[in-house]
Amino acid sequence: MVSPAPKPNLETPPPREEDRSLLQIARSHFRTTPQKVDPEREFDVISSDHTYESLTEHIGAIVLKRPVSIGWVLGVFTALSLLGLMVTAVMMVLLKGVGVWGINIPIAWGFDIINFVWWIGIGHAGTLISAILLLLHQNWRTSINRFAEAMTLFAVACAGLFPLLHINRHQYAYWMLPLPNSMGLWPQFRSPLEWDVFAISTYASVSLLFWYVGLVPDVAALRDRATHPFAKKFYGTLALGWRNSALHWHRYTALYLILAGVSTPLVLSVHSIISFDFAYAQVPGWHSTIFPPYFVAGAVFAGFAMVLILAIPLRALFHLKDLITMKHLENCAKVMLATGMIVFYGYIMEVFFGWYAANTYEKYMTFDNRMFGPYGWAYWSLIFCNGFVPQILWFKKARTHIPTLFIVSLIVSVGMWLERFVIIVTSLHRDFLPSSWGMYYPTFWDYALYAGTFGLFLTLFLLFCRLLPVIAIAEMRELVHHKMHTSGIAESKEVKD
Amino acid sequence: MLVKETSALYGLIAEFDTPEELMAAAEKARDAGYKKLDAFAPFPVEGLSAAIGFKDKYIPIIMLFAGLFGTAWGFGIQIFSLGVHYPLNIGGRPMWSWPNFVPIAFEATVLTAAFTGVFSMFGLNGLPQPYHPVFNAPNFDRASTDKFFLLIEAKDPKFDLSGTRQLLQSANPVLISEIDVER
Repeated sequence: MVSPAPKPNLETPPPREEDRSLLQIARSHFRTTPQKVDPEREFDVISSDHTYESLTEHIGAIVLKRPVSIGWVLGVFTALSLLGLMVTAVMMVLLKGVGVWGINIPIAWGFDIINFVWWIGIGHAGTLISAILLLLHQNWRTSINRFAEAMTLFAVACAGLFPLLHINRHQYAYWMLPLPNSMGLWPQFRSPLEWDVFAISTYASVSLLFWYVGLVPDVAALRDRATHPFAKKFYGTLALGWRNSALHWHRYTALYLILAGVSTPLVLSVHSIISFDFAYAQVPGWHSTIFPPYFVAGAVFAGFAMVLILAIPLRALFHLKDLITMKHLENCAKVMLATGMIVFYGYIMEVFFGWYAANTYEKYMTFDNRMFGPYGWAYWSLIFCNGFVPQILWFKKARTHIPTLFIVSLIVSVGMWLERFVIIVTSLHRDFLPSSWGMYYPTFWDYALYAGTFGLFLTLFLLFCRLLPVIAIAEMRELVHHKMHTSGIAESKEVKD
Repeated sequence: MLVKETSALYGLIAEFDTPEELMAAAEKARDAGYKKLDAFAPFPVEGLSAAIGFKDKYIPIIMLFAGLFGTAWGFGIQIFSLGVHYPLNIGGRPMWSWPNFVPIAFEATVLTAAFTGVFSMFGLNGLPQPYHPVFNAPNFDRASTDKFFLLIEAKDPKFDLSGTRQLLQSANPVLISEIDVER
């Protein structure tokens, strides 16, 4: 694809005095470096021969011009089959009740809560990328922002399903809402489970708004490029008549920044509140003050693993290697390593306090039961997956080797699932009274619902890839603009000429 | 009559290739005393809204007050329901056990601030608006790709077809075109 070089701009006034020195520094740097992706430079997170036009064309074409590929159709087929399984599993629960699952007393929270926490944790990486990294001026986030936010939304949709089904008497689900009912009763606002209702619904709706606001300028770009009348109408409707006016942008940027500002404490609060579901209880192994930070770190850890699992095939399938570069993958790996270390520290502290607190039950739980009880295999696998495997990411060779990254991410995802399994099942199955101990055996419908949510997630994600721009185009144009400024427009012209 | 002729005219629009040229032109037009200006760029250009003389700080203020309202609503509903309307003694905690009410009050703050912010952004921008005269400008579909536009509306008291055209011409645009109110 031939992309027009920026038009020579001889009329613009010479750069101001303070800019000139920066420009010269940038130029001298550029003379020595060839025009290719250089992972050391911040703005080389996109390949340097991209222009506004080539970017828009490249990302827009995925949606507007690319023919439907066999691989995508097969993917949708698989996803829809799994979705069918999910619908069946949901119908089973609605018709027969939660008895079809393996939950029992004492293990009343089985797969449902494990999977709920696992899915919602995955979602947190999307908000971290879109909000926290925006506030920290991490420009590299731009090209992975959009699909990571989509990942958040779809993961939250999968997560929300589990507690909704787990309540069992589904006709009374509205009791969770602060609505005056015929009995004059209100929800129990002093319970973390009720806080969950507010946290998850706020998180889901604010993430959706954030995502949509970011999408509006991009669907407007698609509207302007679409040739098919139906596509024009579809994107035109979604764009709400956005016309790239400076007045629009002015309010838009103000809003976007504040949304990022409020989403940052929101994402931290959501997983903290989820950790309160456990930490508020007196169950040994749950009653711990380290839970909120360690849950949040674990969520980001699992989320970045999922970002990598999605980004690696995405950039290969849609030819996005010049936009989602090695730099992005490496940075994700670094975040994974850092949060993984926090999580590992959490495990060590749990064990330490189990001993230091000198509480019989706590000590029994953390040492005898978790490590050497009937679920010891899960504990040691979790330590292996989350504690040891990520250590390979200390090496740059591993961080920039795609198969290694992919496998590490898969292992981390499994490890984070095991973490929730260990926390929930091992703590519940042997609490204070040995007479009420039990074991947990998940049934077919437990597995079916879990596998089915992958169907829901994949279906939504595959549709998203074909219908909406997977990379935030307007933000990428801004990045190109900044790059022109730092490298000097004249410089890029020289190279092109 | 001149009046009749310009009544169907929405304004003059000039097309530029770079944001720097657009900025320069916008500043020129603002300094010449034009008020009804608008600029179009495929990404938020820093300082462009100031260059066309637009100052609007409503969004942060609206979001702040919406957030405060959300906090009050979040605390209020919990205190009213568990303390007044149907007093519930849970674990011997006092009725005014405010630390228990913080999480929901916080979520309510974020929820109302975000929703109000998004709706007021669209509302103040006059969206959704399926039709706008500026879409008639030639090449305007490139405003979402790589072209930069400056619009001077005919409603501007200083607007005069030849004079305004001259001013725009002096900024070296690629193209100047007249756009009509209706297609």
